[in-house]
Amino acid sequence: MLKKILAFLGISLCFVLQSTVFHKISFAGIVPNLMIVLTAVFGFMKGERAGILSGFFCGFLIDLFFGEFLGFYALMYMYIGFLNGKFARAYYPEDVKLPVALILTSDLSYGILCYILLFMLRGKFEFVYYLGHIILPEAIYTFLAAVVLYPVILVIDLKLDPERRRSKRRVVR
Amino acid sequence: MSPVIKRKGEEFTVSGKYLLLFLTILCISLMMLTFSTDVLNRPLSAVVGYLIVPFQEGIGKAGGFLANRSEELVQIRTLLEENQKLKEENAALIEKNNLLQQGQYELNSLRELLALSEQYEEYNKVGARIIGRDSGNWYTKFIIDKGIDDGLEVDMNVIAGGGLVGRITSVGPNWARVTSVICDNMNVSAKTLSTEDNLIVSGDLKLMADNCISFSRLVDSNQKVAEGDKVVTSNISDKYLPNILIGYISSIEKDNNNLTKSGKITPAVDFEHLKEVLVITDMKQVVEVE
Repeated sequence: MLKKILAFLGISLCFVLQSTVFHKISFAGIVPNLMIVLTAVFGFMKGERAGILSGFFCGFLIDLFFGEFLGFYALMYMYIGFLNGKFARAYYPEDVKLPVALILTSDLSYGILCYILLFMLRGKFEFVYYLGHIILPEAIYTFLAAVVLYPVILVIDLKLDPERRRSKRRVVR
Repeated sequence: MSPVIKRKGEEFTVSGKYLLLFLTILCISLMMLTFSTDVLNRPLSAVVGYLIVPFQEGIGKAGGFLANRSEELVQIRTLLEENQKLKEENAALIEKNNLLQQGQYELNSLRELLALSEQYEEYNKVGARIIGRDSGNWYTKFIIDKGIDDGLEVDMNVIAGGGLVGRITSVGPNWARVTSVICDNMNVSAKTLSTEDNLIVSGDLKLMADNCISFSRLVDSNQKVAEGDKVVTSNISDKYLPNILIGYISSIEKDNNNLTKSGKITPAVDFEHLKEVLVITDMKQVVEVE
């Protein structure tokens, strides 16, 4: 229960940060996407259910404040969380390659989905431009943010649940 | 296989796939519901408004404070130069203003003679502070710190520094979302101030990097519209009040059909450094179509 409340508070905090101060540290108007980082991290660390729920909550927050109608971003984030949850079995905390790859892929696919649903369907076909100016910069900046955020989540998770972590490690070896 | 898996020590847990299915259906029905009506918006935006908005306000203030201090140090030198220029400009403007005032007196007396009411009344405005910006990179939307409690409603026009910022597209008790005119999916019906030719101003993500917005479908049959002309909102727009300044034409090109023109507009508002905005609480008069 405590973990759920903490996750809820963490997501809210990141959303607030992202919609306020992050615009002050944006490069060329590009803001890192913390919501994707959180969704992906909860997904591959805690499994499908956690991925679905955190993705749904992240997306729903964005929907409420910035969406044209409710449920659009929630749906997208939820599936990203679910797919990340599929990798929970292959994940263990000592490995950095899998989280990095998953976060990058998540943000890239989120960007491409956004382009297709929000821009291509309105007849804006210059995919290369949007890829070079929005999608790729966002993915790189998100990756940099994840480098800071991911260890923090890892430490908090270890503090809250040391036993399960240890037993899991034994299984992996 | 039952969707409910029983485990030791837990009452019950729904497996991931069924949860996903359930939430997917929920999302899709929410999308359809909010697309056609706005029953849900009110209560939900109220809850979120009290959970998130106070934090946004606080952090926005703290972050803004720090950013301001660092900016101030950089700006002092340029400000001194600018001050000098502005003083010169001020002198010129005072002179011009005197001339205009004389014209105004004359106009007023002539209007009295004709018994015409004033054509351009000043709109009622409410000031608001921007406390949040779009969390993504595709659109440009703002969250402001006033909502229904301060008398705001959806579709009210928002201005800053004399230019059009956008309009309110969603409103909660203590917050409102402003979609700006530079947002990629926004179109505004406008006209050139000098020749009163109608045109469509549309936001464009590609031009946002150069701080421009695009316009199209300018008829300009007399070939009189030139670069630098003022563009204001038109009388025929059903969301925007007439005669609000949008910006100045910065480039103009003939379309392939040889009938209309399109090009770029430099907005009158600096969207990058926007902090406070004014919300016009007067609404455009709408004729109900039955």
